[in-house]
Amino acid sequence: MALLDVNNLSISFGGLRAVDNFNITIEKGELYGLIGPNGAGKTTVFNLLTGVYKPNEGIIRLDGEDITRKNTIEINHAGIARTFQNIRLFKNMPVIDNVKVGLSERFKYSALEGMLHIGKYSKVEKEMDAEAMRLLKVFDLDGERDTLAANLPYGKQRKLEIARAMATNPKLLLLDEPAAGMNPNETKELMDTIALVRREFDMTILLIEHDMKLVSGICEKLTVLNFGRVLCQGETKEVLANPEVITAYLGE
Amino acid sequence: MSFLTYLINGLSLGSIYAIIALGYTMVYGIAKMLNFAHGDFIMVGCYIIFSVSAAMSGNSVVGIIVAIILCTLLGVTTEFVAYRPLRGAASPLAVLITAIGVSYLLENIALLIYGADIKSFSSVISWEGLSFADGQLKIQGVTIITILVSVVILIALQLFINKTKQGQAMLAASEDKGAATLMGINVNRTIALTFAIGSALAAIAGALLCSAYPSLSPYTGAMPGIKAFVAAVLGGIGSIPGAMIGGLVLGIVEILSKTYISSQLSDAIVFGILVVVLLVKPTGILGKVIQEKV
Amino acid sequence: MNKTTKSNLITYGIVIGAYIIVEILMLTGNLSSHLKGLLVPMTYYAVIAVALNLCVGILGELSIGHCGFMCIGAFSSAFFSRATENAIPTVPRFILAFIIGIAFAALFGFLIGIPVLRLKGDYLAIVTLAFGEIIKNVINALYIGIDGKGFHFTMKSSMDLGMEPDGDIIVNGAMGITGTPHNSSFTVGIIVLLIALFIVQNLVNSRDGRAIMAIRDNYIAAESTGINVTSYKMMAFTISAAIAGAAGVLFSHNITTLTASSQYFGFNASIMILVYVVLGGIGNIRGSVIAACILYLLPELLRGFNTYRMLIYSIVLIVMMIVNWSPKVIEWRKKTFGRINLPWRRAKEVA
Repeated sequence: MALLDVNNLSISFGGLRAVDNFNITIEKGELYGLIGPNGAGKTTVFNLLTGVYKPNEGIIRLDGEDITRKNTIEINHAGIARTFQNIRLFKNMPVIDNVKVGLSERFKYSALEGMLHIGKYSKVEKEMDAEAMRLLKVFDLDGERDTLAANLPYGKQRKLEIARAMATNPKLLLLDEPAAGMNPNETKELMDTIALVRREFDMTILLIEHDMKLVSGICEKLTVLNFGRVLCQGETKEVLANPEVITAYLGE
Repeated sequence: MSFLTYLINGLSLGSIYAIIALGYTMVYGIAKMLNFAHGDFIMVGCYIIFSVSAAMSGNSVVGIIVAIILCTLLGVTTEFVAYRPLRGAASPLAVLITAIGVSYLLENIALLIYGADIKSFSSVISWEGLSFADGQLKIQGVTIITILVSVVILIALQLFINKTKQGQAMLAASEDKGAATLMGINVNRTIALTFAIGSALAAIAGALLCSAYPSLSPYTGAMPGIKAFVAAVLGGIGSIPGAMIGGLVLGIVEILSKTYISSQLSDAIVFGILVVVLLVKPTGILGKVIQEKV
Repeated sequence: MNKTTKSNLITYGIVIGAYIIVEILMLTGNLSSHLKGLLVPMTYYAVIAVALNLCVGILGELSIGHCGFMCIGAFSSAFFSRATENAIPTVPRFILAFIIGIAFAALFGFLIGIPVLRLKGDYLAIVTLAFGEIIKNVINALYIGIDGKGFHFTMKSSMDLGMEPDGDIIVNGAMGITGTPHNSSFTVGIIVLLIALFIVQNLVNSRDGRAIMAIRDNYIAAESTGINVTSYKMMAFTISAAIAGAAGVLFSHNITTLTASSQYFGFNASIMILVYVVLGGIGNIRGSVIAACILYLLPELLRGFNTYRMLIYSIVLIVMMIVNWSPKVIEWRKKTFGRINLPWRRAKEVA
């Protein structure tokens, strides 16, 4: 059974069909790329998958479970975590707390225990700290644990966003243009990070990207969107060789 | 008949709220700030009319003109000295607190000059008004004038915004300050102009308010100011017709609930209306819905 | 000991230190009766400033109606204390009064939070103001009395209560509640303040507090991280209202006649608390306490210059805001003082 199975997904804004009859199947462990020109509807697909928008038609199944009508919070609990095109960190909070917010679903104590610092509080907090530090180490952010997220350099902010998403222990990780605004060196480093996440957590990843070098370098499969529709789908090499895809990207 | 009288009185009070609300809504629309001192500009206008009229042995026309000029200056100066330095501050609360400071300042200056006792304000309108149906329905002159003035102001403002270059500049600056600057609009000057218009309107509203409710104290402007702000929010803040509608709704609800329900609870009802409207339409009656892009 | 624990302990230390100093001054007779009268108000303003900072600084929602919750706490507890004055001994009665005042304020915080927290930004702020005014207004029209037959209630007038001759009107409309026992003291105020600080500072360093701050910083990201935005907002708002209610209990048990007047419970009063919070530092709990104490005492101590004191206060407020927040002034400060090697800056660099 596929990890993510999307059937006939469609949404309209006013008269515009932003996503039209979108299908995708992602197997566990795959690194899948979603590409397409600007305005093709890639981020809208992410917003549909994470419940930010509700589709007009279609079914989304995660690991066999129908999550189509669920809200963003429930979908995260069901196992999808994401990052954003324009970085959305908890800016005025330290790096470690950003990750600990992601851990809140797995490490629990009651509100009363939290307010009075009694009962399970100390024990659970210690476990959370350890788990957060373990994650930060993977992303090479353990040196900045007390830095405010807003004060991190750009590349590290991107990494922290991924670390926070990973803290929610997802089955599927969605990355929305992770290399946007990065220089070649930073992009290279990011590719290593994504590869590391895959290895370390055995993670299934769907990513939107414009950087073809990154896409062809790490994605196994691709779906190309154009004007809200799937233009082409399949193994990376085949898709990138498809003349229609080249036309869509480069024009006539 | 008495219902009609109350309705017209409500319309008149609503017109005053609307004129004040116009000032609020324009300033908010363009400077994205809640000018808490706006209500106190009304009070300043009233005291100026009060003093000038007394000095001119009851001639209030000069008083009104002087009040409009001085309030305009006051608005522009306040903007320049207290609000402009805080444009682009890290927190929008900074300018809000400063506006509160200005409000305290104006109230206390008035307190120093005129004292805390309530002054009796003589109406700027001497016209008796109209009488219908053999005197069963009497409408006071001040009521009629107030409604007329507000209509004239609304039309004039709409024309100004839609037909003049400065008006268009205001619209542009309220949409996007950065883009407006790139298009060659002097945003600082445009905001100053907005304050000038809003403050002039406050002076006019003051003259009408104190003519209808002739007691003047340093705190005269506070409650009408806050209610006018509620009116602006009710109508959809930033929208000029919205401010008008909000003002009228508020005035009518206030007078009718005072008359028919309870004078004690009328303010609660007025504020209750705001809560209900915002629950149905979170950006007010004519407000634009802005959705954050993910 | 980590940094936040240390910082929390410093806050408690400052409050306890201030308490000890004031107590010594009182015992040695160095405090005028005028100053003594300011001590309890100082504590309840500090408490409500902490409450409002939880709402404005931690939750990130501007409330300009928090004195409404203080009003609810004040009236519900004063009603209880007046009704049971002869039935329950002082200490348990006062403790129960706190529980009742806090519970009622929390209940209203919760109920009002349901509609309010659906709104955003300035719309949310104006609706909190509206609710603050509604609370004040309704309480002003409330008449409750007790006689041999039990409780009587009306919203018309004291005559409409239809009381027996032995009856006692407890809440008398705009005349409020008279004769609430004077149980508040500086010591009680300080204890309440310490508890409020303990709860809020602990909350900030807990799972729930982090979720609340995450919502403040970016609610979209918080949702996609699995944080239940609505329930955490409700939680923060309710706790904030509850603490404001505790300030109300201190308030009502410190005066003879409690009325729901604009001076104490209107939007102007709420705004005054907001001034404390902003000048103390948004999100800085310790700052709120210090700012509330200084800013409350300052105009009171300036009573000597009676006519000019509020004038001075307002000018100081405006100047302070511009000096602290204006981007141009901040830049100028950096340029001018940046080159001068101030001792504390050097210490920071070394660290």
